[in-house]
Amino acid sequence: MKFLDKGLISLDYEAQDAADAIRKAGQLLVDSGAAKSRYIDAMLNSYEDKGPYFVLAPHIALPHAKPEDGVNEASVSMLRLKHPIAFGHQKNDPVHLVFALGASSSSEHIALLRRLTTLLSNPSQVEQLRSAATEQDVHDLLAQTQN
Amino acid sequence: MKIICVCGLGQGTSLILRMNVENVLKEMGVQADVDHMDVSTASGTQADFIVTNNELAQSLQGHSAKIVLVNNYFDLNEIKESLQEAL
Repeated sequence: MKFLDKGLISLDYEAQDAADAIRKAGQLLVDSGAAKSRYIDAMLNSYEDKGPYFVLAPHIALPHAKPEDGVNEASVSMLRLKHPIAFGHQKNDPVHLVFALGASSSSEHIALLRRLTTLLSNPSQVEQLRSAATEQDVHDLLAQTQN
Repeated sequence: MKIICVCGLGQGTSLILRMNVENVLKEMGVQADVDHMDVSTASGTQADFIVTNNELAQSLQGHSAKIVLVNNYFDLNEIKESLQEAL
């Protein structure tokens, strides 16, 4: 499982649009070896076909595709956008934090989603993720909260 | 009582919703059979309640289940209020 490990967090990316943000967040998974590059295309296709339903909470998007679309390992990356971007969601736009989810069919997938849900269900932790100065600060926060 | 949590693919976000719905139901002391799936499978699945967001609810119009809308999947209070209202 790769849960926001080193190299899976990138802050203040200047995204051109929602697709660019999804691509960059997915690239973090690919660069770490957690997913194949075709997984990025699958996430983009899902966004085109099914819309922005994965903007799950105010300012938070969780793009993903299916395990068979090229996931090597249950994983999640975090991309923070320098300027929040509209994904087209009625209530939760604009998006500031993009968590690309490498969906797997293993039991690790469920463990990973539990950790992510615990992290993002805590408003003060979300606020810290949105305001952290450096990637190291995010890693420190995650270490402190045992997430 | 059968509740299904629905997202576009049935892989990630519906499972997150299911975890939070199960937590809230436990807190409310409500027994229910909770499942998660994608929107097209849900269209052909019998249930008493479907929990999803506004974006996907439109594709489920005509389903016999009562639709419960959640905007913030990580806000346990909102999920609780929506379920309390519906059940």
